[in-house]
Amino acid sequence: MGIEYGGSGVSPGFAPRLQNASDEERLLEGGVVVTRLEAVVNWARKYSFFQYPFVTACCGMEFMSVAGPKYDLDRFGAALPRFSPRQADLLMVVGTISHKQAPILVKVYNQMTEPKWVFAFGACAVSGGFYDNYSTVQGIDTLVPVDVYVPGCPPRPEMVIDGLIKLQQKVAKEKFSDWPRGAAPVTPACKL
Amino acid sequence: MDASVTLKKLAERFPGSIVETHSFRGDDTAIVKKEDIAAICTFLRDDEALHYNFMMDLTAVDYLGREPRFEVVYHLYSLKYNRRVRIKAGVSESDCTIDSIVSVWPSADWFEREVYDMYGVVFNGHPELRRILLYEGFEGHPLRKDYPLKKRQPLIGPIN
Repeated sequence: MGIEYGGSGVSPGFAPRLQNASDEERLLEGGVVVTRLEAVVNWARKYSFFQYPFVTACCGMEFMSVAGPKYDLDRFGAALPRFSPRQADLLMVVGTISHKQAPILVKVYNQMTEPKWVFAFGACAVSGGFYDNYSTVQGIDTLVPVDVYVPGCPPRPEMVIDGLIKLQQKVAKEKFSDWPRGAAPVTPACKL
Repeated sequence: MDASVTLKKLAERFPGSIVETHSFRGDDTAIVKKEDIAAICTFLRDDEALHYNFMMDLTAVDYLGREPRFEVVYHLYSLKYNRRVRIKAGVSESDCTIDSIVSVWPSADWFEREVYDMYGVVFNGHPELRRILLYEGFEGHPLRKDYPLKKRQPLIGPIN
């Protein structure tokens, strides 16, 4: 039974990898790649965010800018906005959230299917911004778990892209056991 | 001071209700007693020479430390005569009520709800006087000058 390592059928692109390949990979002459299922799933997830744009304020204009062709979130696989939370896995909270709107945000978050991530876009979503008053939520992390905070009033598109790449890095490190996260941990007294 | 047509007619019709009037460059203002507000509004709307058929704005002002503390302000417009008038009615804190004018101009409905929401002025005879911008369970009226700047609402909790 002669086993040939790196036979003639291997394409040049795969050849360098085979030098470090496992026995199984060598055995099948580059036709397969052995990896962890978790890594493959995370790799797929991080390049196919379906965003739900929860756009409430002026940051929305900056969001359109970064989603449009000039900065183009599609390069990072986060192009397609879904206007049903059932079809989305990235909640983009863009703008000021008032207390009256808080139950809606929580409802949208809870309606999204897992796994799901939350992106706080702009100073108001991060901390309430300069609206320290009777009507404004002081940061959406008091309502839903937030994965990425991008401050700025509004944030530059480069910051948003940087935040998205950081989210991708976070997703790549996740474990299956991280999910499901469950409903938003809002205190019962809030009755949201 | 040259009193305008509107102010003259008001003074003739309601001599006991007008507290003060002034007219600056055609900007007519009448400060009236709150007990007669509905009658005055009906008169301003129905009088053939006035015909104030458009209630443009209804709001309130909080003069904390003054008596009466609140002032409910009505801005009226006559489409027929292209004429405007401002009516103000003082409302004290101890008796924080005034008659609703929804029966005169239905458009006053949401304005009165907003004034109730923000200042706590109760409009007697309003068909559905409840909060319009804030939510049920909100305590206090945030546009009052003595509303604490950093107050947090019980439904929201200490962090929020």
